Amino acid sequence: MSNAPASKGFVKAMIHNSLRLAAFALGSAILLVFADNLTKDQIAHQRLESRRQLLNQVLPPSLHDNDLPGAGFQLDPVNTDFSQISLLGLSAPRSGYRANLKGTASGVVLPLETSEGYGGPIVLMIGIAADGRITGVRVVEHSETPGLGSQIDIEQSQWIDGFNQHSLADTPAGKWRVKLDGGNFDQFVGATITPRAVVGAVNGALLFFEANKSVLLTTADQQRAL
Amino acid sequence: MSSPAYRMSTNDRLRHNHSGFMLLALCPLLAVSNSVVKSLGLGLVTLAVLAGSSLLVSLLRHQLSQATRLLIIVTLIAALTSCAELLLQAYTFKLYQSLGLFVPLIATNYMLFDRADNFASTHLPLPALLDATMKGAALMLLLLVLGAIREVLGTGALFANMDQLLPDAASWKVQLLHNPSPFLLASVPAGAFLLLGFLIALKNMIDKYQTPVSSVVAVEPVAGSRRVRVTGKIV
Repeated sequence: MSNAPASKGFVKAMIHNSLRLAAFALGSAILLVFADNLTKDQIAHQRLESRRQLLNQVLPPSLHDNDLPGAGFQLDPVNTDFSQISLLGLSAPRSGYRANLKGTASGVVLPLETSEGYGGPIVLMIGIAADGRITGVRVVEHSETPGLGSQIDIEQSQWIDGFNQHSLADTPAGKWRVKLDGGNFDQFVGATITPRAVVGAVNGALLFFEANKSVLLTTADQQRAL
Repeated sequence: MSSPAYRMSTNDRLRHNHSGFMLLALCPLLAVSNSVVKSLGLGLVTLAVLAGSSLLVSLLRHQLSQATRLLIIVTLIAALTSCAELLLQAYTFKLYQSLGLFVPLIATNYMLFDRADNFASTHLPLPALLDATMKGAALMLLLLVLGAIREVLGTGALFANMDQLLPDAASWKVQLLHNPSPFLLASVPAGAFLLLGFLIALKNMIDKYQTPVSSVVAVEPVAGSRRVRVTGKIV
């Protein structure tokens, strides 16, 4: 038992160190809880505001009088009642939004996704009015080449506004392509793959809208009645 | 200088070459520093976390035992980075969105750990705070220079989207180049590495011209030298 004092000191040091570490971890946790409480409401507000701004860009406020972020509904690519949901290309459940104007359904905002991009998946939001015309398209997420494919982003070019007012009625099926492929939509110099992917995705969203028009164009009251 | 007491092993040299580590510390931040506003935002957050962690470690330095020191420093840095991330999200949401993953990555920045471990844990709070502030400001300045050059080359403009950080700065954008296809390489991470290489070459050139030729050969960089060694053999 010659090493008894040493092992006693070792155990003591171990207990001390464990307690010390626990104290610091607790202190850090308290700091984080405090910071979270301080910023929670502000962050929720910022998120909602950011969502509202995006939704107002794809579906102008003149076309709806309800609060769009509050009128969301789930679009699940696997478990869904909608027909032909694969047209939206979603890889995970995302939210769509129903728009009302003076008590009638005036349009819908749909999420869409495409994996045909150059640098990875592109996530978009599209606003479609009740008559089937596009009210706006915005890129939410992309990793396209800066300066080339990234021009689908509204901060870099107005290209994406070229879809506005178009519908399946005014652009025949074969014309939902970039000009290089014989369609109606411009590509960029040095980047054809990205615009091709976006045009294809937008066409898919319009076809999805046509297929599910009756379900998408319902007001909140009608939803409740169903 | 050549006596054994002053000679350091390669290991010690590397351990004490702070500017070398500063360079390594910069790497995760390079990808996102393609505009002034992003560089400034990331630089400010790094500076704040660095100053905060150094001050805390210095204040609590008597509570740090040899066995727990590293774990405690890592915990503190991680907690402070999370706080900074929450604050950034709450008050500059647009900037937070464009910085994305790179804000939490600050916690992995070696410089934070290095300053807390090698300086703050053995110094009084005021010198520790001063040291961290100076180091953080230097890093921020370097990021700003990189960001400004990359923004001008890559987009042709300067100070775009400054309102993401300062609400009244929406009109600060200056269009400097009117080139329809700007120098795209500057916007992508590879361009940042090239540019950083050129900046280091420039610095080494200035250092070389400032030192007389005879002493270049005679005096090897000593511990704590601010010179960034990226070429030659580290003996």
